[in-house]
Formats: sequence, C-alpha cells, structure tokens
Amino acid sequence: MKARTLYDKIWDDHVVHQAEDGTCLLYIDRHLVHEVTSPQAFEGLRMTGRKVRAPEKTIAVPDHNVPTTLDRAKGIDNEESRIQVDALDKNAKDFGVHYYPVSDVRQGIVHIVGPEQGWTLPGMTVVCGDSHTATHGAFGALAHGIGTSEVEHVLATQTLIQKKSKNMKVEITGKLRPGVTAKDITLSVIGATGTAGGTGYVIEYCGEAIRDLSMEGRMTVCNMAIEGGARAGLIAPDEKTYDYCKGRPHAPKGAAWEAAVAYWKTLFSDEGAHFDKVITLKGEDIAPVVTWGTSPEDVLPITASVPAPESFSGGKVEAAKRALDYMGLTAGQKLTDIQIDTVFIGSCTNGRIEDLRAAAAILKGKKIKDGMRAMVVPGSGLVRAQAEEEGLADIFKEAGFEWRLAGCSMCLAMNPDQLAEGERCASTSNRNFEGRQGYKGRTHLVSPAMAAAAAITGHLTDVREMM
Amino acid sequence: MEKFTTVTGIAAPMPLVNIDTDMIIPKVFLKTIKRSGLGVNLFDEMRYDRQGNEIPDFVLNKPAYRDAQIIVAGDNFGCGSSREHAPWALADFGIKSVISTSFADIFYNNCFKNGILPIILPQEAVDVLMKDAEKGANARMEINLEAQTVTASDGQVFAFEVDAFKKHCLMNGLDDIGLTMEKAASIDSYEAKAGTLRPWV
Ligand code: SF4
Repeated sequence: MKARTLYDKIWDDHVVHQAEDGTCLLYIDRHLVHEVTSPQAFEGLRMTGRKVRAPEKTIAVPDHNVPTTLDRAKGIDNEESRIQVDALDKNAKDFGVHYYPVSDVRQGIVHIVGPEQGWTLPGMTVVCGDSHTATHGAFGALAHGIGTSEVEHVLATQTLIQKKSKNMKVEITGKLRPGVTAKDITLSVIGATGTAGGTGYVIEYCGEAIRDLSMEGRMTVCNMAIEGGARAGLIAPDEKTYDYCKGRPHAPKGAAWEAAVAYWKTLFSDEGAHFDKVITLKGEDIAPVVTWGTSPEDVLPITASVPAPESFSGGKVEAAKRALDYMGLTAGQKLTDIQIDTVFIGSCTNGRIEDLRAAAAILKGKKIKDGMRAMVVPGSGLVRAQAEEEGLADIFKEAGFEWRLAGCSMCLAMNPDQLAEGERCASTSNRNFEGRQGYKGRTHLVSPAMAAAAAITGHLTDVREMM
Repeated sequence: MEKFTTVTGIAAPMPLVNIDTDMIIPKVFLKTIKRSGLGVNLFDEMRYDRQGNEIPDFVLNKPAYRDAQIIVAGDNFGCGSSREHAPWALADFGIKSVISTSFADIFYNNCFKNGILPIILPQEAVDVLMKDAEKGANARMEINLEAQTVTASDGQVFAFEVDAFKKHCLMNGLDDIGLTMEKAASIDSYEAKAGTLRPWV
C-alpha cells in the first residue's frame, strides 16, 4: 500500500462518497456548537423541517458572550448577548443535543470543554463553527472551523462537502530553551510562513520539541494553525495522548478502550509519505516572542526592536505602516520599552491548567505593577476548580489579578471584558487584529509566562530575566 | 440562493493585504441571530467614526464606489475567524464578487454558500484590475462565471479557475443540504460500517 500521511489516513477513513472531480462527502464524528455561529443554522433546520441527524455526536456550550464576572448567575445585561445565549439554550433542548449551560461547572470555551470531557479523541473528524477548532488536532483528530451554512449542513447530514487539502510538515527539531513555550513555537512558525503560508494545507507538526510538549502545549500549537492559514493542524497521537484521554467522561472504557488504542496506534505518517511542503525550525533557535503589529505574522523575539515598514516588500509595506500607526509604535523602538496597561491570561490558546501554572510560577510572591489591570479567565469551570485546588488562584489574587469565571472574555471582547480606546494589552490569546479586544485596543500576543512578566514590570519583558 | 451568472459593475479597490474578518464585520455585529441586515455595518470600523459618521476617505463611502458590486483586494482577503457574517455583510451590501491573489480557506468556502464568487488571479492580473478599479464609476468590470473570465473596462480579459462543483451550485443557486440528503443511503451504510470498525466513536 502507498505510504500515507496521518492526514491521508484520517481522511480515507471518513469518506462517505467521492465524486469524479474529487469532491468528497466526509463523515463528521463530533460537531461542537457555540452560540454565535449556530442560531441561523438551527433556524434553517426549523424552516425546512429538518432534524439534527446525530444529536449524540453534537455538543453545545455558550462561551463567546457569557459574562466572566463572579456575579454572572444574575444573568446577562446586554440584550443581544442574552438573546444569543437563550437561543442556544432553546436550540439545544429542542434538538436534543448535549449541552453545558452557563450554570454548569463543566461550561467553558468550546475547544477546552471538548477535550476535557473526552469528546475529542484521536482519529476523529471534529468540526465547529469556529476557526480555532484546529485546537483538537493536538489529539491526531482532523479538526477545523466551518461557516454557519456548513454548521447547518453538518447538523442535518453529519457530513461535510470537502476537497482534500495538501499535506504540509512543520518539524521542530531538538529541545526548547528555558522560558520558551508552545506559544512561542506556534507564533514563530507563523512568523516564518506568514498568515497565508498554510493556505490550502493541513499541517502536521512533528519533531522532538513537539513530542516533548504536554497535551496542553500541543493544543496551543494546533490552535494557531489557522492563524497560519492552514485548514487544520495535526499531531500524531502517542502515550501522552492516550494518558490524557483515559478516564475522561466520554472516552471509551474497558474492551472498547483497548480497541480504540489499537486503532490509534496506526495513526502516524508512514515512512516515506509525501508532503507537498516541509518547514523545519530548530527548537533551540526559538526565543520568547511577541507580536508588534496587527497580524499574527508580525512576530519578533522579545530582544528585537519595532521594524521599519520599509524593511518589508509589496503590500506589506502599507500594512506595516498602518499597523505601527494603529499600535502607536515607532520603528526602532525596543520591544521591551513598550509600556502595557492590561494583561489578559486566558482563551482557547492559553486558558488551560498548564498555562495558569506557568503564569503563576512567575507571579508567585510578586505584585503586579501599580495601576495595571490584570485578569485571569480560566478556559473552563473545571480548569478554574483545579487551579483553586492547586493554590494557583491565591497566587493570582495576591499578585493583584482578577480571578474570573470561564469564557472567551477579552480574547474577542464580545462580552463586557474589553480594552478601551488606545489601551495596550499583553494577551495570551491568538489574534491581534485591529479592534479585536475592543475598539482601537492594542494587542501584543505573548505566552502566559511572558504575560505574567509584563504584569509585574509594566512593560513587555523577557521572561528569562525573571527565572 | 440567488443564481450567479454574470455581473457587470463597479469595482472598489482595496489594496490592503490581510483584510481580516474582524475588519469586514466587527464582532459587535455578531450578536444577531439573523442572516440579513449586516450590509450597513460592512467594514464598520473603517467606514464610520465613533459617532457613526462616515469617514469620507474610505473607499465605499466615496461617491464613485457606493454601488460597487465587486471588490479588488490585496493578498489573503478574509483571513481570521470562520464567521459567515463576513459574506452575509458583503452580500447584504451588494457585493457579488471579490478578486484577490489569495483568500483564507473558510472565508472562500463561505462565499459560495452566499452567492458570492471569490476569484483568485495571479498578482499581475490583480495589479491590472486594481488600477482599473481605481478609475472609479466609469470603469465597469464584467465577470462571467460560465466562461470563467473577468473583463477589465478596457477589454482586457483574464481567465480564472473555479471548482466545477462549486461553479455548478453557484450558477444554479443550489442548496448543498438538499443535494447531500439525496445521498442518505451512503451515509447510512457508512455509519453502519464505521460502527463496527470504530464502535467507540
Ligand atoms: S477563546 Fe477566543 S479564539 Fe477561542 S473560541 Fe473563544 S473567541 Fe474564539
């Protein structure tokens, strides 16, 4: 048999039908749903009298609009947000899908809840009306974002019309240096390839530095595959993957578990499998990085300075000028001289327990800079509970951080957690687009440890100096 | 869905690269539970100031481009989130086609579901069409999906590629879901087979 990549294998196992021109009907094993991109899809089902084909494979949770303040049981003030969350409540009930309402301790960001509850497993196809569905690729699942029309299509048919992407391999060799994390890997890859570098591809991340990452770290890497333009990111499952899945509420048990692991062990790229594009970075060359502009590709090591727009070419020159203007920066300024007003730790990129541990390790026994606004928003109610049990919550609170309830929060600021005009934030989220965290807000993407360091000093800081 | 055959109209030039979905439709407008009505908020933060007044410099506010049906854009148009609100807003404004060297994957697919034709052309062709678009309201471009061509106002013709199935659906205004439901028997038999091979799913 021809040598196949991991992507080829998962794809082959999910083809329901293939047309002559190569268009495939692909079976979907898990469909995750949140309140922002689903109302029009459920409405479409109602209008056509269609049902959800596989409600047992459909999991809904509100996350984007929910308040993260401790008094959220009182309800949502913003009327439109409330209507959207109420619509999900109703749709989940009417169509009989699995649901974690705001009041449930298991509620959280959809991409954190899925793996945590054992819904996401190796070899599956996973979709969600959300581009960061790529996160689930960390398990060796083919996972990607879809639009609302496609959400409706999956609800009605449990399939998706797809053409196969090309294969791309991103290898990170060797070991990471101290202070360098999964976030720095994934940002550095985007810095190297650009935000369109992965367009048309599914990326498989591999190499020693990827193998060495925990499941949390692997999720951080795959989460941002979309920022590099790729349809999905994948990491072959291994013992760490099985250990993470074992015992989760919706993971198989007993004989089914044994059968599942036996199948999962076949999920790797065969020796000699063809990749259409290969990128290799040396783990030891990766430094803690920050973004300076308004695209995730605007990445530099923390030791660098703000670049001059003229150092780019083509349309990027104008884009960089616009970005510097928007960000209020001047070329040549040292990145470590950039003063920060706000620190946000959370999101589906860095809202898991390991992220909170990394930030708490830097903050332990320290205080944030006077006047700094800092918040931690755990990725799920269960992450929050675990962090409280481990004493991390106390470290954050004593340092001066607000300790919030789970949700997307300031990652995209659809709830009240927003930047004011001109406010500058060191954020562990994934997008630094104009207005992403609030109208005219300024975002610098960093790892949790780097965010913690900036909270203490009040400016972008090389975390290695604090270790 | 409306059928797409040909469009002859004004093209607005937007040479900026990496125009993301947050720019196309900022998140405050994602709170709707409807598909319609988003056109007034298309490019909201670029188009209006904080008080809601139009920013005269923004291309779609200029008299020549207020009725644009085509956008000629810089590289990687539509990157960012999966929000279908982006094509809904474009369609509601009256945009029928976007021309660029490259599009983000999810956005590209979403366009076809909403009667918008995203056209990928090489840099040189986009450069020519960008110049053409800059001429304003007198320069009308013609897009012919059947023939897969874009014709600039001076008559220069550029051929483009498009997936045959997507073209077919767009030209006939077909609903994917209905088409797929005709394959229900294949889905049933796939489920039966997968249920034995991977029962834990
Ligand atoms: S945390 Fe941010 S990126 Fe993740 S799902 Fe929520 S809004 Fe999207």
